[in-house]
Amino acid sequence: MLNRTTAPPIADAVDFKLELKPPSLFTLDNGVPVYTFNAGPQEVLQLEFVFYAGNWYEEQNVLAASTNFLLKNGTSKKSAYEINEDLEFYGAYFNRHCYNETATITLHCLNKYLADLMPLITEVITDAAFPEEEIATYKQNQKQRLQVNLQKCDFIANRLIDEHLFGFHHPYGRYSKMEDYDAIEREQLRKFYERFYTHGKCIIFAAGKLPADFDQLLNMHFGKLPFDQNSVQEVKYNIKPAEEKKYNIVNDSNGVQGAIRIGRPFFNRKHPDFPKAQVLNNIFGGYFGSRLMSNIREDKGYTYGIHSYIQNHLQLSAWMISTEAGRDVCEATIKEVYHEMQRLREEPVTEEELHLVKNYMIGTILGDLDGPFQVIARWKNYILNGLDSEYFYNSMNVIRNITAPEIQELAQQYLNPESFYELVVV
Amino acid sequence: MIEFSRFQLDNGLKVLIHQDFSTPMAVVNVLYDVGSRDETEDKTGFAHLFEHLMFGGSVNIPDYDEPLQRAGGENNAYTTNDLTNYYCQLPAQNIETAFWLESDRMLSLAFGKKSLDVQRKVVSEEFKEHYLNKPYGDVWHKMRELSYKVHPYKWMTIGKDLSHIENASLTDVKEFFFKHYRPVNAILVVAGNVQTENVKRLAEKWFGPIPMGEKYVRSLPAEPEQKEKRLMNITANVPLDALYKTWHMAGRIDKEYYVADLISEILGGGASSRLHQQLVKEKKLFSSIDCYHFGTVDPGLLTIDGKLVKGVKMETAEEGIKEVIDQLQNAMITEAELQKVKNKTESVIAFEDMSVMSRAGSLAFYELLGDASLFNVELERYQAITVEEIQRFSKKILEETNSNTLQYFSNN
Repeated sequence: MLNRTTAPPIADAVDFKLELKPPSLFTLDNGVPVYTFNAGPQEVLQLEFVFYAGNWYEEQNVLAASTNFLLKNGTSKKSAYEINEDLEFYGAYFNRHCYNETATITLHCLNKYLADLMPLITEVITDAAFPEEEIATYKQNQKQRLQVNLQKCDFIANRLIDEHLFGFHHPYGRYSKMEDYDAIEREQLRKFYERFYTHGKCIIFAAGKLPADFDQLLNMHFGKLPFDQNSVQEVKYNIKPAEEKKYNIVNDSNGVQGAIRIGRPFFNRKHPDFPKAQVLNNIFGGYFGSRLMSNIREDKGYTYGIHSYIQNHLQLSAWMISTEAGRDVCEATIKEVYHEMQRLREEPVTEEELHLVKNYMIGTILGDLDGPFQVIARWKNYILNGLDSEYFYNSMNVIRNITAPEIQELAQQYLNPESFYELVVV
Repeated sequence: MIEFSRFQLDNGLKVLIHQDFSTPMAVVNVLYDVGSRDETEDKTGFAHLFEHLMFGGSVNIPDYDEPLQRAGGENNAYTTNDLTNYYCQLPAQNIETAFWLESDRMLSLAFGKKSLDVQRKVVSEEFKEHYLNKPYGDVWHKMRELSYKVHPYKWMTIGKDLSHIENASLTDVKEFFFKHYRPVNAILVVAGNVQTENVKRLAEKWFGPIPMGEKYVRSLPAEPEQKEKRLMNITANVPLDALYKTWHMAGRIDKEYYVADLISEILGGGASSRLHQQLVKEKKLFSSIDCYHFGTVDPGLLTIDGKLVKGVKMETAEEGIKEVIDQLQNAMITEAELQKVKNKTESVIAFEDMSVMSRAGSLAFYELLGDASLFNVELERYQAITVEEIQRFSKKILEETNSNTLQYFSNN
């Protein structure tokens, strides 16, 4: 008779030897480092250009993001439409993102069209024209989009908690306002682009089933471009946290839910406590079986989801709890969040729970290392943070070896209500 | 080309195996042939609520997630109008844990009152988060009701009304389970670093003893052909006017579906698409505009939705869309434009097939449509489409009398 009540034996994931395969590295003639990871079942690849062109370097709000958005909307030879037509004809996806320190351009394409697409990428990186009409349309549409977003409580909450933690003058705490878009002008876009893209610091990451002549192809098209790896000057900002820690904001008087954000400043990845804190964070609110989910969703039904996470900033980060809960249970939800902090401070986690979390973390990392895009994404994060494979193996050891008393000590050190900023936006 | 093998257990459970030894992981995907189209109009949202209850403990195992996480695995599930799909990924060594968990919840749920009470609340919060507490959140409730008069696609997966979920009883839950969650109505896909013989052995061992159940025979009312255009307008507390239009199109395996998919790309896929270029960039009538469909098994909806630039009149915006459609119907598209949308489709398919989890889900879906090997001819079906067919079907689908229009006005 089949015994369905006893779990089949498992191999403990904590015993797995995880390997993070290193990327290959070569340098273009102009000094640009190219990290590649060659693997994958399909004839496709991802090519990402990282520029040090995030809002850290802007002197005017939303300038970095606007430059990043508009750089493919026309060059001196091609209109925005022609560029889009070319890219899309080859079935390529061309995305760009602006972050705090960096801004990226990413190409996803079928291998067979890579060579056809290269000249276009060069053109976009070196010859963007920022046509007035494109700028005008962009401003109008961004303002409209912002207007819609400003009605969403989660959108407002995400902006304000960052402002409270870092201060509005800090790149991590800053956000867009209507008038910022109005102030954007062609000349500033062009200057920012020339300085931080065309003549900026660039790092390239590529992954997929890369063609045999990939290195030469890249060097041929991008090796002569005028990137300057020494162009980034250090800019320093001090954080200026809000004086008050608790906020209740009514954005929509008819709202049926409140967006709750509870956060405290935290270190970046280089701090010795960071890998340990990630284990504690998992237990607290980092996965489906976490304390916050088990209590606030699975026991009380106050929310569809509640999570905690540590922000992935380069300089310093924040430890954040985030949820949208029924308007009438927001207060109760916050109380339970602090209650779960208290439990972690006062009671050691059981061996059973700790063992589960360790297996879960290692198992999911094993899954995360599966596939070339995931591997290069991890390496990109490490490289931008100035870390190497030692960080990975050290983090694995931390997960394997951390003890319940260490977890408790960490909770006593970091999960104190008095360190947290708290915000409810209805 | 995605390779797979297939067998069926005596209780009717279909099992597909897709091997990939480049990954250390295994994926176990269980698809149940039940979606919100199988609900009755007075108990909507049930298939989705049920998906939540599937994590509330089964007859022999009090908690689904915990043992899976202990085995280094993670999982999720989703419900659509057509189907409910559960999938988990874990280190391949521990694959038996997934068989144990999935088979027990197919055998029977625990049907605990607490789980039902809590998940009713959780789903209510999900309803609020996605549909009540967002500007334009009610659009698809209204649009489905306008577009479908008899077919159960007229309500959303989350449900028509919060009260339906709030009133769900344990009796309803049990009935639903034993009607739909039987081996004969399910498809199991096992993928990744797995050995065929081992999968067969485990499938027999864990799923074999589950009673077959009765095959659910679906007989849904077909949506009658729409004979005249329908119009609805609402005014709400949103910042911008918006316009939504739908046209009926064929179901998932019909030739027309593939043509409609390419038409949606021509009209609204990406920055070089016709709607975006002409109406956002050139005429500046919309600040954003999209064209898409829902990929439903039964006849679906081709949709255009856009937000109007402040100050543009609704009639002007509609006229703009009409002109773009007229061009498509009256002038043959070029081979180059057709090639563009085919290339984009090829690219999307190739990128989707990168992950084992996505391949496992696709195999289950195509098996539901009738045959998993459809997965491997999908691209050919797109490649075969001609410029004439684009024109012919755009005339057929984008017909005024086949259209539903929702004008969504801002009150400020």
